[in-house]
Amino acid sequence: MAQRVTRGVQIAGYRRDDVEVDPPYLHPDYVATRTRSPKRPLLLLPHTLSEVTGPVYGHDRIGELDHDLTRQHDGEPIGERIILHGRVLDGDGRPVRGTLVEIWQANSAGRYKHVVDGHPAPLDPNFTGAGRCLTDDEGNYRFITIKPGAYPWPNHPNAWRAQHVHFSVFGPAFATRLVTQMYFPGDPLFFQDPIFHSVRDPKHRDRMISAFDLDNTVEEWALAYRFDIVLRGREATPMED
Amino acid sequence: MRLYPTPSQTVGPYFHIGTDDGFIRGELVAPDHPDAVRLFGTVRDGEGAPINDSMIEIWQANSAGRYAHPEDVRDDLPLEEGFDGFGRTHTDDDGRYEFLTVKPGVVPGRDGRPQAPHIDVSVFARGLLKRLVTRIYFPDEAEANEADPLLSSIEDAATRAALVAVADDGGLRFDINLQGDRETTFFAV
Repeated sequence: MAQRVTRGVQIAGYRRDDVEVDPPYLHPDYVATRTRSPKRPLLLLPHTLSEVTGPVYGHDRIGELDHDLTRQHDGEPIGERIILHGRVLDGDGRPVRGTLVEIWQANSAGRYKHVVDGHPAPLDPNFTGAGRCLTDDEGNYRFITIKPGAYPWPNHPNAWRAQHVHFSVFGPAFATRLVTQMYFPGDPLFFQDPIFHSVRDPKHRDRMISAFDLDNTVEEWALAYRFDIVLRGREATPMED
Repeated sequence: MRLYPTPSQTVGPYFHIGTDDGFIRGELVAPDHPDAVRLFGTVRDGEGAPINDSMIEIWQANSAGRYAHPEDVRDDLPLEEGFDGFGRTHTDDDGRYEFLTVKPGVVPGRDGRPQAPHIDVSVFARGLLKRLVTRIYFPDEAEANEADPLLSSIEDAATRAALVAVADDGGLRFDINLQGDRETTFFAV
C-alpha cells in the first residue's frame, strides 16, 4: 500500500468510476430534475486531504432498537416483516467497517410519516420508518422492518414509485458519501419509474435491486432480502497533478 | 477484485424521517464559542424558487487546520474536544439553511501548497439524483484565496468569486443556486 499522507502532500484519491454508474443530473423523465440540475459542467475537484477524510459520525448516537423498525413503538407495525441485510464494501471488495447506515421508507400501505405526504393511505401508529446501524467488522449491516408499499406521485399521469427503501452511507471519506435507494426483485412498477431508470446502464441499475435471500430467512417469522452496497474504491498510488 | 460503486439515487422529499431526530447537527460549536461563525444561505432552483426540501452537509477542519479523521496524521496539530467537523441540516420553508461553526485553519493541498480555509459542502434534494458538491471559502482571506491551488486554477473570475461567502448580517452568507444565471460553482468530487 502506498503511503497516503505525508503532511498531506501525497494523497491517494478515490477512483472516479462513479461517473460511469451514476445517473445524470438532468433526467427529464424525472420532472424535478429539470429545474434542479446544474446547466454548467461540473469542475474537477482533485482529491486533497479535505476529500479523503470525512465524518466519523453517529457512533455514539445509535439506540439499541434503531436497527429494528418493528420495535420502535408500543405495538408491531402492520405489514410483511422482512430482514434487510448486506455488506458495505469498498471498490476493492473489502469490508467498510464501523460506518453509519441510515434508512427511511414508507409503511406497508405506501405512506410516509411525513407532513408533505398526501397519499390517502393510512399511517401506522406503530411505524416511523427510520432505521440506522453501524457496519460490523465484516462490513455487515442488518435491519428488521416491514416491506414498504408502492405509492403514487405526481411526476406523470398514474405515476407510481416502485417499492423502495432509502439508504444513506458515509464510508471513510467525504468522497465516498452515498445516498441511494434499494428496490425489490420482480417489481412490476420498474418499467415506469424514472428514478429507477435514471441509472442508464441496466447492469448497474440492477445492482440497486436486492436479492431474495432464502438462507437468511427466519422460519415462521420473516423473509430476508440482501443488498450489498459498494462505495468508491481508492487509487492504489498517489496521483500526479 | 474491482467493483463499481452502487449508483446514487435522490434523497427524495421524505429524507427528514431518516436523517433528523438526533442526527441533525446545525451547531458544530456551542453558541457561546468565542470564534463561532454563523454560516447561512438560501437554496434555490433554476426558477429562483427557494428549495424547502434539501439537506445540506458540511465537512471541515478545525481552527488549527486539523481534520478529526484517522488519515490526518499531523499529530502536532491539536484536535478539539467536541468538534468533529461535520454538520448536517435541512432547509426550512424559505429554503434557508444555517450552521454555527468556526473558520477552519489552513490545510495542505496535493502539491504541498497550502489550501485557503474552506468547507466542503454536499447538497441533497428531491430532483437531485446525486449530491452536488461545492466549497465555501472565506471573504476575509483574500490573500490565501488568491494563492489557493483550486481557486487559482479557475480562470473565470465570476466562477471563482461564487465560491467565496459574503459577509452579511453579522455572519457569512453562501447562497446555493442549483441552476441558472447565478448558478453555484459545483465540483465533480
